[in-house]
Formats: sequence, structure tokens, C-alpha cells
Amino acid sequence: MKTLRRIGLYAGLTFAALTFIYPFLWMASTTFKPPSEVGTLALIPDQITLDNYRTMWARAPFGRALVNSTLVATTITLAVLVFGSMTAYAMARLRFRGRPALNAATLALLLVPGQLTLIPLYTLIVQLGWIDTYAALIVPYLFNPTAILMLRQFFLQIPQSLIDAARMDGMSELRILFTIFWPLSKPVLSIVAIFTFMGSWNEVLWPLLVVRDQQLMTLPQLLTVFALGGGAGSVGVSLASAMVLVVPVVFAYMFLQRNFIESMAGAGIKG
Amino acid sequence: MRAEQRSGSLLAAPYTAFLLLFAAYPIVFALVLVFLQWDLVTAPSFAGFANVRLLANDGRFWRAVGNTFVFLSIHVPLQIVTALALALALNRQLVLRSFWRAAFFLPVVISGAVVAILWSNLYATDVGLINKLLVRVGLAPVPWLTDPLTAMPAIAVMVTWKNVGFYVIIYLAGLQYIPRSCQEAIEIEGASSWQRFRHLTLPMLLPQTILVITLSTINGFQLFIEPYVMTGGGPLRRTYSVVLYLYTNAFSYQKMGYAATIGVALALIIGAVVLIQRRVIGKADAL
Repeated sequence: MKTLRRIGLYAGLTFAALTFIYPFLWMASTTFKPPSEVGTLALIPDQITLDNYRTMWARAPFGRALVNSTLVATTITLAVLVFGSMTAYAMARLRFRGRPALNAATLALLLVPGQLTLIPLYTLIVQLGWIDTYAALIVPYLFNPTAILMLRQFFLQIPQSLIDAARMDGMSELRILFTIFWPLSKPVLSIVAIFTFMGSWNEVLWPLLVVRDQQLMTLPQLLTVFALGGGAGSVGVSLASAMVLVVPVVFAYMFLQRNFIESMAGAGIKG
Repeated sequence: MRAEQRSGSLLAAPYTAFLLLFAAYPIVFALVLVFLQWDLVTAPSFAGFANVRLLANDGRFWRAVGNTFVFLSIHVPLQIVTALALALALNRQLVLRSFWRAAFFLPVVISGAVVAILWSNLYATDVGLINKLLVRVGLAPVPWLTDPLTAMPAIAVMVTWKNVGFYVIIYLAGLQYIPRSCQEAIEIEGASSWQRFRHLTLPMLLPQTILVITLSTINGFQLFIEPYVMTGGGPLRRTYSVVLYLYTNAFSYQKMGYAATIGVALALIIGAVVLIQRRVIGKADAL
């Protein structure tokens, strides 16, 4: 009876795991199939071809989009880490006028749904003349309230004696932050880095609004436009373009899955 | 002390400026836009309550709101049941526990745009994987995304599939807080595993269930890329979502005032629905 239940449990787990993994495997294998084989369930094509990738690469600037996505996500992540830490350090450890108000405003922002500010932000970008610029993709994301609150929470737990000793040695606040606080904060920094990078990497609604020039499109946007505009022309080509977005993520995920889960689950809950 | 005051203000200054320009201003301007008509080319003009009146009588908008409720009525219960089931399965002594967890979480890290493109192909009527499987076991193929009755449920199932790993983690965290002593006590009393689930696990997980309901509801109201990619809002506008309608008004019709009005209305609807849900659950809990 007990072994029977265990077998049932593992059968159930395997079935569930297959539902999550199989579609991605099918997608990967389909990109290597010639059009005649696309409809088959088989994971290993009879005839392996790179035509889908060649077509995809020739028809739309996916190399450029890969560079754009990497540039945008990396810049935003670095900014959120560096500027976010500076802000969080001030909010956690320095007394200054307006600090309570800043804390309250940051907390309140978590309750505002993005759709409320989407259009005013868009008109602001238009008025700044930032349509079809990297600035439009990057600047509105330079600070992240969720990240600031997480960093602040962590910084609050670091002993005051460390700050006092460093100040006695004549260290500036910035040096205290980056040489004393940062090394102690690696767990929270990695959590913030992953969800910020992934959020930017996967974002599609905002780029669809502020970028029209194909050369400036990020991967998810170009992918969407390519699939919808009929540029792909076939299932294999369309899925091959999706692979450019997925493969780096899946690689990173395989090595850092524990950090990914902690980060992306934590960010959604927002403490 | 004065030095601390100064470095504090200095370090917080960029963030303060950012908040003013990219948070405070857009929130205030959203409320201003409700009363404006603006195509971004000519100067904005005062429109009084025209946008509000239009919204109140706009069948397309209310259709989108209705569609969202159809989506939520499938998505939220399904999300709770699947996440809870997988979390309970994971919350045991398992071989390869972290592998199973990682597998369930995989779709969460993949872009919604990719998932939508992938599932358009899985759902395709003639060549889709799902219909191929149905035909193989002797059933008739279903036009998932082209039949007005099945399109929104199909999208709801897909979104549930994409997000379930996230909610599994929430439930797993909750399961760790159920004290061992309670579990042992109820076992000694001779409770069956169903009774244990019904009278210990489920009530103890109520905070997590509320969180799942709230987050999946908010997420449902923000549905955009899935109908944008998979159906374009069709068939018969049955998958048109509020954000898709907002996007269309801003991007295709250049109606900034009206699009902002939809955004404000959406924020209010989300707030109201989440509050009502909490009230109802709070009452049920008190019983």
C-alpha cells in the first residue's frame, strides 16, 4: 500500500514536470525541423536543419535586439543595485529631513498598479522627445521601489557599531556602503539583481509603446512584432526567434535555479 | 550629526527627483488626463466629463471588464487548486526534490511573449500539439483559440500553467509554518489524511490562499500580451482585455485622455475587487 502510494506520487510528479518541460523541449526541437515535420510530436527530427535560424536571422535584426536587450537589462540592473543601495542606505541608516515621507511614499507606490501611470508616463516620454531612444527604455526603471525596500530592510539589520567604527576611521558614507555594507549584503543584492534583470529582459508592454524603430527593439518586442506581422511566415521560424530570448535565461536558470526561485518568488510577494 | 543630515539628503536626492518625475507627476497627470482630449499632435483641450461619460457607456470597455471576470472565474480557482496540489506533493521526503521544484518554476522565468507564441502553436486547431494528442486518443480536435466559447478559458489555463510555480513557492513557505506538534496531535487522534487536510492544513494555509487570490486577481486584470499575441482580442472580442483596450486607444487611436481614463478606472476596479475579496474571505474565516 505504502509503496503503491509512493509510485503514484512519483508518477504524478513526473506527469506534472513533463507538462512544464515538454512544451519547451518541443519548441526547441521544432526549430530544427524542416516545415514538413513541424506537426509531428517527435522530439528528435528525422532531418535536422538550421534553415529556421537562418531565415529568422536574415529577416529581422535579432542580433541587434539581443544587444539591445542585454544593454537595457544590464544598465537597469546596475543602476537599481548602485543607486538603490545608496537610497536604501540613506533611508535605513542616516537621519535626514523628509526620510519618513520618503519611506511612506515608497511603500504607497507598491499599491499603485502600473496601468494607472502607463499613459501619463508615455506622454511624458513623448514630450521629452525620447520615443525611439534607449533613454525611454532605461530611465523610467533606474530606481525600483521594491528593490529599495528590500535593501533597506536588509541594511537595517547590520550593526550600528560597524558604521561608528568606520566613521571614526574617517570613512565617507559611500565608502561605508560599498566596502562594509555591500560585502555583507550579497544575498539580498543577488535577489534584487535577478528579479530586476528578469523583469527588464521579459518586459514587452512598455517597449511596444515607446519604440517603433526595429533597430531599437528589445527581444520580446521584436519577437512579438515578428510573429504578429507575419514576418516569421512559419512556425519553425517564429519559434526559432523565441529561442534567442529563452536560451540565455534557461542556461542561467539551470545554474542558479535556487537564486532564481528565491528572487522571483520574493519580488512578487514584496515582503 | 549635521554631516549625517547632509549626506542623507544628498544620497536620497536622486531618488526623490526620480519619484517626483516618474511617479508623483504621472499619478497626478493621470487624473488630469481624465478631463482632457489629447492626440499628442495638437494641443490638449479640456473635455469636462466627456471621457468619463464615454467610458460609462462604452460597450467595448465593459465587455473587456466582463471578459476579465470570465478569465478570473477560471484562473483563480484553478491556480489555487493546482498550486496547492503541487505544493503538497513537494512537501514530503522526495528524491530530486529541488529538480521537481525547478521544473514547476520553469515557465515563471520565461517571458510572457514567448509563452504566448509557444501556446498559440500548442493550441492551433489543425497542427497544434494538444489537438494532435486529442486525435490520437480518439477525440475530435477543438478550435481552442478561434471558438468564442473556448478562447478565454484556453488563455486562462495557459496563464495558470505559466504562474503555478510561483504560487507553489508561496504555499511551500506556508506549509513549513504548520507546527509538527499539530500534525502529530491530529494523527494520534486518528484523523484520515483527508480530515487532516481539511481541518488542519487548509485552515493553516488561509493567509497563503488569500495572497494567491489577491496576486492572481491583480495579475488577471493586467492581462495583455497573451490576447495581443494569441487572438488579437477575438474571436468576437471575447478575449479583449482591459489593458489591450487601453493600449489600442493610446497607440492606435491616439486618444490619451480616454486611455488614461481607462487606466484610472482599471486601478479603481482592481482596488475594489481586492477589497471585496478580502471582506468576503474575512467573513468566511470568522464563521
